[in-house]
Amino acid sequence: MSSDVRFTDFKSDKQPTWCPGCGDFGTMNGMMKALAETGNDPDNTFVVAGIGCSGKIGTYMHSYALHGVHGRALPVGIGVKMANPELEVMVAGGDGDGYSIGAGHFIHAVRRNVDMSYVVMDNRIYGLTKGQASPTSRQDFETATTPEGPGQPPVNPKALALAAGATFIAQSFSSNSQRHAEIVQQAIEHDGFGFVNVYSPCVTFNDVDTYDYFRDTIVDLDETDHDAQNRDQAKDKILESDKEYMGVLYQDEDSVPFEEREGIEAPMNDIPDGAPEGAMDLVREFY
Amino acid sequence: MPDDLNWAIGGEAGDGIDSTGKIFAQALSRAGRHVFTSKDFASRIRGGYTAYKVRTAVDRVESVVDRLDILIALTERTIHENEDELHDDSVIIYDGERTTMQDVEVPGDATALEVPLKRLAEDAGGAIMLNVVALGAACEVTNFPIENLDESLQKRFGDKGEAIVENNKKAARKGRDYVREEYDEEFGYELETTDADYVLLNGDEAIGMGAIAGGCRFYAGYPITPATDVMEYMTGRVDQFGGKVVQAEDELAAINMALGAARAGARSMTATSGPGIDLMTETFGLVATSETPLVICDVMRSGPSTGMPTKQEQGDLNMTLYGGHGEIPRFVLAPTTISECFWKTVEAFNLAEKYQTPVYLVSDLALAVTEQTFSPETFDMDEVEIERGKVVDENDIDAWLDEKGRFQAHFPAADGISPRAFPGTTDGAHMTTGLEHDELGRRTEDTEVRVEQVDKRQRKVETAKEEEDFDYREFGDADADTLVISWGSNEGAMREALGFLDEDGHDVRFISVPYIFPRPDLTEEVESADDVIVVECNATGQFADVIEHDVLERVERINKYTGVRFKADELADEIKQTLAGDAGTQEVEAE
Repeated sequence: MSSDVRFTDFKSDKQPTWCPGCGDFGTMNGMMKALAETGNDPDNTFVVAGIGCSGKIGTYMHSYALHGVHGRALPVGIGVKMANPELEVMVAGGDGDGYSIGAGHFIHAVRRNVDMSYVVMDNRIYGLTKGQASPTSRQDFETATTPEGPGQPPVNPKALALAAGATFIAQSFSSNSQRHAEIVQQAIEHDGFGFVNVYSPCVTFNDVDTYDYFRDTIVDLDETDHDAQNRDQAKDKILESDKEYMGVLYQDEDSVPFEEREGIEAPMNDIPDGAPEGAMDLVREFY
Repeated sequence: MPDDLNWAIGGEAGDGIDSTGKIFAQALSRAGRHVFTSKDFASRIRGGYTAYKVRTAVDRVESVVDRLDILIALTERTIHENEDELHDDSVIIYDGERTTMQDVEVPGDATALEVPLKRLAEDAGGAIMLNVVALGAACEVTNFPIENLDESLQKRFGDKGEAIVENNKKAARKGRDYVREEYDEEFGYELETTDADYVLLNGDEAIGMGAIAGGCRFYAGYPITPATDVMEYMTGRVDQFGGKVVQAEDELAAINMALGAARAGARSMTATSGPGIDLMTETFGLVATSETPLVICDVMRSGPSTGMPTKQEQGDLNMTLYGGHGEIPRFVLAPTTISECFWKTVEAFNLAEKYQTPVYLVSDLALAVTEQTFSPETFDMDEVEIERGKVVDENDIDAWLDEKGRFQAHFPAADGISPRAFPGTTDGAHMTTGLEHDELGRRTEDTEVRVEQVDKRQRKVETAKEEEDFDYREFGDADADTLVISWGSNEGAMREALGFLDEDGHDVRFISVPYIFPRPDLTEEVESADDVIVVECNATGQFADVIEHDVLERVERINKYTGVRFKADELADEIKQTLAGDAGTQEVEAE
């Protein structure tokens, strides 16, 4: 790690193919700023992404990265971190990736509380497949596959996380770049699983959950008397389904990451040229 | 009486059948006798019929046979289940004071020894020890020194306290003395002891041990019969060597965690059975395309779907060989014995890392649940070699950076193998993806780059065929007209079958193949035999199909994989070139 890392060091020379105005530009810039700000550099950082517009992020950032299969980014990130706890691991995905196909992994990643951050670019629609309902789409949101709306309430990912025992739950808005970067930075600095749901508008397919909508409705928790360490307060805020909040909703400051509880300290990549010392004892056990 | 003895204990699941059988098997092993065990069990926790069978001899035993000499029957059903294997000299030990066992029908002239197991156990300190009373009785019937059983009881109950061990020893003696006093006769059995030094383990344990010895430090899995013992074995043990076992939420998570750990530089593995492989197959493609070394162990059971979870089958060969969409370079290894479960696991990790590909390690239920004796040197840890392949560090990474200083993790090297930089390596930062990508790991649809990367990945297989020895093992008469080929756990039974065939005047050459892909070319062997028989535990002969395929005459091929469809003029040209014999460019060049 070097102290003179700039956030642009995390930028690759590949030009993003996101639509002009896509919220993911701001989301990614904030992630890069937060990584640089927390003293990381591309060589000690591992970014895992899933499928969809959000999944392209690994290509546009410069770090060790894996662009995986749909919905499975979190377990990859967990494996990376467990095998080398010295790495900074960040997982990025979209609302379909994280709350639909990968919902099971989301709950279990939260429970496991591995020290990593998870940034979800929530645009409440499937963009790359050209505009179908996502798990966070509104009940009456009309799309090609749901002409009368999904007819079911959207997933509340913050509530899922809280119920699963999350130690850090935050929400940000990609357009408010300074606040967004700060929130992601707090997620990185959190000792455990730092979950950030980012409102990252889709300018092409979602004409309801727009920049204007979020700008008009979002409330910054820093401007309220919200106490993020108070779980009951967090629960109340999270269950207010008609409100949009920005900031840290909940943080357990006593959180102990999984790998620390399990005593995983050293990277697992250094192994001897032959069987480890004492391996013959493994055989003698079978006498 | 031959020294080769077949012994079994049977009852209901939950009766302690497994642990009792294992105590006896370990006693025999520690007494310097060879042991080969097998289990009959159903997919339930309590109730139903379950049995643990032990075949033992001073000489090595490699299989089960249809003969039962001593049977401890805790339920009447146990006798009926084994009726066909009993003979006139068989001895059945049962508790006649149990209400269900009072009118036991004994088949043929077999001897039924009524021993009040439960009452004697109570005398020794508790009814729970009735199985041990039966073991003591079996010692008397087989003239096996009860002191050898003591060591085994010590091992089983030692951590429960000396009092428990002593009570069990007392219970065993109650059983022995009862038979000695009530049945003053010789049963014709004698279990001779020797000074030999053996260890007793099953195939799943051998895979777990091979993994740890072979440098595996991360294991993620989801419980499934019959692969779970691999995970149970590694849990707690791999930690001692700086590793970790994680029980994932499902098979999808398991393989993805293992993939993440492998990319972080750990030797990494997951093990499952057929249904789990189904779930893992999508990620398997990602593992191959991202060129990540990973060992995926499939302990086969009867399929399809949930099939018969506790029964043997070798039905997954096609899936491991062809599973996944697109074309995926891979290795498929299939150990044929329990000791090979160890060595092939070590080899699987070396192949995975040398060639940066997924390796299927295909075992089966028969290997997984069978315990067998080996001399400890069979697993000589000094023989374990670890080859990590083209791993680069700060000192030599410069050679692999492009003109802009970017690490070429998918460089299309002549041997198909790119450099590998563990995360944390200075200047090594790079991405990879399941999308087709260029040498930097960035997505591409460029037809030339596509062809280059497909060829590069396929070249690994060619390189491996040149560098590795994908050989077979041979038994029987090398000049025989009859050739039998098998894979997986059939080797032991087939080797013993050679003896029976020989007695009947049949000369047979037997080839056992532990490599499914790449595999040895058996064309010459097949063509030089009059009769060729492929033995496998499945309905359609999946291995027979690939052997037949291998000996077929080759057709000329025109292939295109640029991502663009065939065009008429291009096809006409290609066919003309092929007919003219200059088929050097069998695949259509990228435009």
